[in-house]
Amino acid sequence: MDAIILQILNGLDKGSAYALIALGLTLIFGTLGVVNFAHGALFMIGAFCAVTLSRILNLSYETIDPNKTDFLGNPAKVKTTYVEDWLGPDMGGAIIDWAVPLAILFSIPVMVAIGFVMERGLIKHFYKRPHADQILVTFGLAIVLQEIIKYFYGANPIPTGAPDVFRGSFDFGVMLGFDPNAIIYPYWRLVYFAFAAVIIGGVFAFLQFTTFGMVVRAGMADRETVQLLGINIDKRFTIMFGIAAAVAGLAGVMYAPINSPNYHMGMDFLVLSFVVVVVGGMGSLPGAVLAGFLLGVLESFASMNEIKSILPGIDQIIIYLVAIIILLTRPRGLMGRKGVMEE
Amino acid sequence: MLGLNKRDFSLLLIVAVLALGAPFILNPFPTDSAMAQFNAGYPDLMQRFAIYGIFAIGFNILFGLTGYLSFGHAAFLGVGSYSAVWMFKLLSMNVIPAILLSVIVAGLFALLIGFISLRRSGIYFAILTLAFAQMSFNLAYSVLTPITNGETGLQLTLDDPRILGVSRTADGSIPVTNLFGMEMREFSTLNVGHWSFDFSVGYYVCAVLMLLSFYIAIRIFRSPFGMMLRAIKSNNTRMTYTGLNARPYALAAFVISGMYAGLAGGLLASMDPLAGAERMQWTASGEVVLMTILGGAGTLIGPVLGAGFIKYFENIFSKINDSVLHSWFSFMPDGIENLLVTLVHPFVGKGWHLTLGLLFMLVVIFLPGGLVEGGQRIARLFRRKKPDDAKKSTQSTPAE
Repeated sequence: MDAIILQILNGLDKGSAYALIALGLTLIFGTLGVVNFAHGALFMIGAFCAVTLSRILNLSYETIDPNKTDFLGNPAKVKTTYVEDWLGPDMGGAIIDWAVPLAILFSIPVMVAIGFVMERGLIKHFYKRPHADQILVTFGLAIVLQEIIKYFYGANPIPTGAPDVFRGSFDFGVMLGFDPNAIIYPYWRLVYFAFAAVIIGGVFAFLQFTTFGMVVRAGMADRETVQLLGINIDKRFTIMFGIAAAVAGLAGVMYAPINSPNYHMGMDFLVLSFVVVVVGGMGSLPGAVLAGFLLGVLESFASMNEIKSILPGIDQIIIYLVAIIILLTRPRGLMGRKGVMEE
Repeated sequence: MLGLNKRDFSLLLIVAVLALGAPFILNPFPTDSAMAQFNAGYPDLMQRFAIYGIFAIGFNILFGLTGYLSFGHAAFLGVGSYSAVWMFKLLSMNVIPAILLSVIVAGLFALLIGFISLRRSGIYFAILTLAFAQMSFNLAYSVLTPITNGETGLQLTLDDPRILGVSRTADGSIPVTNLFGMEMREFSTLNVGHWSFDFSVGYYVCAVLMLLSFYIAIRIFRSPFGMMLRAIKSNNTRMTYTGLNARPYALAAFVISGMYAGLAGGLLASMDPLAGAERMQWTASGEVVLMTILGGAGTLIGPVLGAGFIKYFENIFSKINDSVLHSWFSFMPDGIENLLVTLVHPFVGKGWHLTLGLLFMLVVIFLPGGLVEGGQRIARLFRRKKPDDAKKSTQSTPAE
């Protein structure tokens, strides 16, 4: 039992990332009908927002401290960050420590802006073109974004830590009444899951309970009728593109402590997220979320040693295998509407 | 001639002249001049032109004619490479059996994947092929290590059996790949004044096979079978309504293009007997898509142009570094020189992928027909001298 719970928990953090990226992809596909291969790059840019903020906060100047000496006996140079200098060591230190959560605030405007520019500048011109063209142009854009990040940040992964409070692991099993040391779980992964749940809940609430969301949902169902009612649906869809970009970016920001950001992390996630979208059903938001968590958990179950000893290598291919089976037996995906993109 | 009409035959002839004369054509600059780094006429690069040309020609038979976008074609290239290296390990270092086996194995693999994937079309087909290719890639990296040698890649060793050859040569090293005794890496150099031209056996093997592939591709394009494939692209539903089952035709195209990819993989292994899993990764599949689109999908010559273009850029642009840039702009005042170098720097050397990505986006946005369409537009401008007229008829209809 505890082994099963452990695997479910292990699957949740990756599943959360899949779910968030797939949610954004589905938002874009459902509203604009565009297959966005650059979505993984948006996730990656989000992670680099965290890197950037933590670098900005760590900007420092050097002073010579006469009281200290280094190991050669010379007066030691002490680095003081500007933030600590302005706000005092306690407050400043705390802000630097919390760089990754703070990057959430920093990344939202950045990502929304990138989303707007992308949609208005490029994707707008591809609505009428075939899906293959959309895939190709966004694939090209993904390469460009990736190379720009590589140019500024280098090719190596950049470790970006979580706040001290959330470092390390805790014994989750004891809380649930299992033996100690049965389920050890890192704090940050739990934070990531909770964060993903909040974001997903927020997006759904926004679409369900606001007038804006209602119009967008109406536009997804029947674009022409909404336009005939005199509503500028294009403008709203552009805003949804910005929101989808922000969701991907936020997923990336919070993922930075789990996996050190590197320039090709987007491409690694992109393929899997597409598989997730297809499994969930193109255009179905709940389907994307469900399939994200489902595939994340399945992947972690498949990497259990007991299962690997029966089916070697299953952990490497389980997601693709599920996708192939789903596509062949139920092409509209787990929760896709009947008749939408069935062929 | 050869069952081709006059226009196709002259196209084949042009390609043949270009391919066989490549060592001259690609080395236009004297070896001691500053422009020598733009020479592409060394065997290693020319082989890659020909091999990736074959790969792209094959991909174009599927994508250009039927419109099915496969994002997993690199899997067939990888499978071809592995089979060729196994042939070198077990049978002999002659490239003929290795290439034959790689084509056959890749064909069978394509039959299996195509049979399943072609049940869906459009984006679903792309995802299915992508999923299969990623599965092959992941398995080749992990569980199939006994066959693929995992991360290290499959290599020749001194104690391979090589039934029809020798395990090791007289001086105790690994034998090299050959064609009935002619070693692939053998080459002779011709020096004319300041120019030097390399003629390598390996390149000519690749070039002849590429010409053969190109010829077969022309025949397919002009055959009733090719017409059927175009019909699938333009309206699959209508084909079904006329009572015709289109899937076997699409499957045949898929298998043929898989065999082309296998041939390319076998040739890659023949030139350098080493096969790694990264050849199967989906970015590698993306590369052949880039080549085909960049050159012009659905046209005969486009994929070859695209493959040559990308491989040329990869090799030449990635070699340009800051000191080269400084020497180019040295005639300008220092300030402007440094400014220009800083501006150009991100796009060359290690950053050439950025240039490639930008070029690719520009082509998809403005020239959906690729380089071929660009060439046609320019040609039309010159022929008619009436830009208005040319604009009206810029619709290139190679595959429709």
